[in-house]
Amino acid sequence: MAETSNGAFEPKVTAFVCNWCTYTGADLAGTSRLQMSPNVRIIRLPCTGRIDPLFIVKAFERGADGVIVSGCHPADCHYTSGNYHARRRFALFLELAGFMGIDPKRITFSWVSASEGGKWRDVVNDTVTRVRELGPFTAYRELAGKP
Amino acid sequence: MARIGVFVCHCGENIGRTVDCARVANELRDLPGVAHSVDYKYMCSDPGQSIVKQAIREKNLDGVIVAACSPHMHEKTFRRAVASEGLNPFLAEMANIREHCSWIHEDREKATDKAIEVCRSIVEKVKHNVPLETIRIPVTKRALVIGAGIAGIQAALDIADGGVEVVVVEKDPSIGGHMSQLSETFPTLDCSQCILTPRMVELYQHPNVKLITYAEVEEVSGYIGNFKVKIRQKARSVDADKCNGCGACAKACPNKKVPSEFDTGLGTRTAIYVPFPQAVPNIPVIDRAACALFRGRAKGLKKEACAKCREACSREAIDYDQQDTFIMQDIGAIVVATGYQLYSIGKDQPAGLTGYGEYGYGTIPDVIDGMQFERLASASGPTGGRIVRPSDGKEPKRIVFLQCIGSRDPAKGIEYCSKICCMYVAKHTMLYKHKVHDGQATVFYMDIRAAGKGYEEFTRRAIEEDGARYIRGRVSRLYRDGEVIKVQAFDTLSGEPILMDADMVVLATAMRPQPGIQLLAQTLSASYDQHGFFNEAHPKLRPVETNTAGIFLAGACQSPRDIPDSVAMASATAAKVLGMFSKDQLEREPTVARVDVSLCAGCFHCERVCPYGAITHLEIRDRKGNLVKVVADVNPGVCQGCGTCQATCPSKSVELSGFTDEQIYAAINALVL
Ligand SMILES: Cc1cc2nc3c(=O)[nH]c(=O)nc-3n(C[C@H](O)[C@H](O)[C@H](O)COP(=O)(O)OP(=O)(O)OC[C@H]3O[C@@H](n4cnc5c(N)ncnc54)[C@H](O)[C@@H]3O)c2cc1C
Repeated sequence: MAETSNGAFEPKVTAFVCNWCTYTGADLAGTSRLQMSPNVRIIRLPCTGRIDPLFIVKAFERGADGVIVSGCHPADCHYTSGNYHARRRFALFLELAGFMGIDPKRITFSWVSASEGGKWRDVVNDTVTRVRELGPFTAYRELAGKP
Repeated sequence: MARIGVFVCHCGENIGRTVDCARVANELRDLPGVAHSVDYKYMCSDPGQSIVKQAIREKNLDGVIVAACSPHMHEKTFRRAVASEGLNPFLAEMANIREHCSWIHEDREKATDKAIEVCRSIVEKVKHNVPLETIRIPVTKRALVIGAGIAGIQAALDIADGGVEVVVVEKDPSIGGHMSQLSETFPTLDCSQCILTPRMVELYQHPNVKLITYAEVEEVSGYIGNFKVKIRQKARSVDADKCNGCGACAKACPNKKVPSEFDTGLGTRTAIYVPFPQAVPNIPVIDRAACALFRGRAKGLKKEACAKCREACSREAIDYDQQDTFIMQDIGAIVVATGYQLYSIGKDQPAGLTGYGEYGYGTIPDVIDGMQFERLASASGPTGGRIVRPSDGKEPKRIVFLQCIGSRDPAKGIEYCSKICCMYVAKHTMLYKHKVHDGQATVFYMDIRAAGKGYEEFTRRAIEEDGARYIRGRVSRLYRDGEVIKVQAFDTLSGEPILMDADMVVLATAMRPQPGIQLLAQTLSASYDQHGFFNEAHPKLRPVETNTAGIFLAGACQSPRDIPDSVAMASATAAKVLGMFSKDQLEREPTVARVDVSLCAGCFHCERVCPYGAITHLEIRDRKGNLVKVVADVNPGVCQGCGTCQATCPSKSVELSGFTDEQIYAAINALVL
């Protein structure tokens, strides 16, 4: 969470994306000069299959207000099937998230291909808007006794 | 303490306009472990790279971050520069502050804050980077080409001419593919057989080519440079070593009424047959489903119901008891050239396609598809090149061509453009006019797509010189009225409904991938698109490679292609294969998984999720040779580095180099505080 000079809540969103589809799609959004919210930070991984659910938990623990996980569309995985494993893993994780005190609405799972710059912009903007409405994620900070 | 150098690039104005690069460099300089931090106008330029190199030397850096464009753009450039200074290239990374920052934000303050944070995250990651060694793997210098249409033939010849052995596997009894069925070819109208058959013979006789026809690839294991391929040689029922192709067997065969696949059902063949007179190899096969002897055997008959072909064969080549055999081959690179099939005009359609009931589902005898028209127009075809109606053998005076049947029609299952139909329809109208001088050809089209060298001129010729009438519009219905076919349509330019009579109608049906190709793709671990065409690695920059290293694509198996395109792709794959084989060892990025055998409990979850079969079993034994445990091991040649194993491993004993947990947690921690 961050606050701007006028004190308004500026959500922080961490995005875990695969190298081949979504990262490249985000590159395309750049080359197409699609303007979007500056609140998202991307961490590049080879495949969504590499994304450990604990990465998501860690991001929230460190103060993220929202998380995006995005990779190749179901049939398009560069590694044939990594994204299928990811999909199953995250379906399960979403169920667990609430139990861990994380509102599942703070997490976006999406498929953005290398040719979908526009979709990436929408995913970014929609997530930031949604998280902004939800307000800062404070549950973990409160547990840790931080202000 | 780490000694990391940060190099912030302005990219001219591209980054500098929205990101305050000096501020980024200044703030990064204060970060623990950062020994040097500067900004410069063009980091990728020669002077820019020199700044990086000089700093490595003078500041004794052990890590480098270039904050500039996407790593997809220049990661290789900077890693090379770093390596030239003797620093391990995998200690250098890029922070993307152009595509992911300056280009997509306007607020300079916020963009600069973001750039700083992104750089900080990469700095923290690089602190945990370790030197990695490029992986070297041996390479078997023998290529496999799957499918021997024009694409496969061209690829195989080019590779073989480069001095490398090639194994060619073709599923049909003869090589040649669809091109062997064509009459004359656009845009030059040269006879297809005349340009193709010499190439077929060349392939057959090439000393570097091992041709296996009537065969299929059954299993593929291994990895780039080191594939093991199992090929099923289907039983021909003819001993290829003894047969001299005299044709006496076919003459003797009593069943002469089998519809010929080569003549698209417009002609017939015998049960023992070569598909066409110029077939290569000129060795017949017995179609067991059509052969009286095998049909008798299937019914349990002890006696041979017929043995006419064996009696006719003077070389004792006919072998009714021949079985499928298997051939194993060690292969270094694979070219897939399995081509296409046409959207069927019949009622039976695969899932997702609906077919064309409004055109009679192929039940109106004089409504045919483009390939059937090719056979009618072909001098070697069932009519000797006379264009006549299949129903009564009469010459059609009014012929109507319908374009985009199946293509560009999401409602019927396919949204893509088949690309070649505009051209072959124009060709058909010309061939027709050249044979039926007083006939009139009419074409219903959506758009005329004639992009290609000499293509637009070709379609203009069809219209202007050969008088083809082009009507922009869609035909809503075809139905029989006595001898004629009624064509009910709508002219979208004039806005008029049309009802016209035709003697024959030709449907330019969509190009689709070969049936069962998904299975082959899975055998090869190559990906395919939603239609079943093979996926290229990159549509622009790596069009003939797949994402599976060592597997290449040529021709219409990748998307609809005409002959010039297919041949160009084929030669490109040959260049790729020969390039690969020019080295004795292959180099691979070291982004592969490694197992910590001391932690691994041997649950093999990783093995189950690995898309490549890269996980092997490693036996750990004590000094006396007693088995202590069996753990997972990664074959670095097979591993492609997706990291799914690591995210799955319950004991965290497998790690993906370059993307370890340590590195990623460091990056996450640096992002949000
Ligand atoms: C009506 C019509 C007219 C045309 N006219 C022209 C023209 O005038 N000019 C032009 O440039 N193009 C023309 N074309 C296009 C042309 O046919 C293709 O461009 C060309 O045939 C593509 O070659 P290919 O080798 O990729 O595929 P194909 O010709 O389809 O060959 C593929 C080969 O692979 C084999 N195969 C398939 N699956 C397997 C497997 N699993 N294992 C082993 N082998 C397998 C097949 O049996 C076949 O031999 C026309 C197409 C049509 C439909």
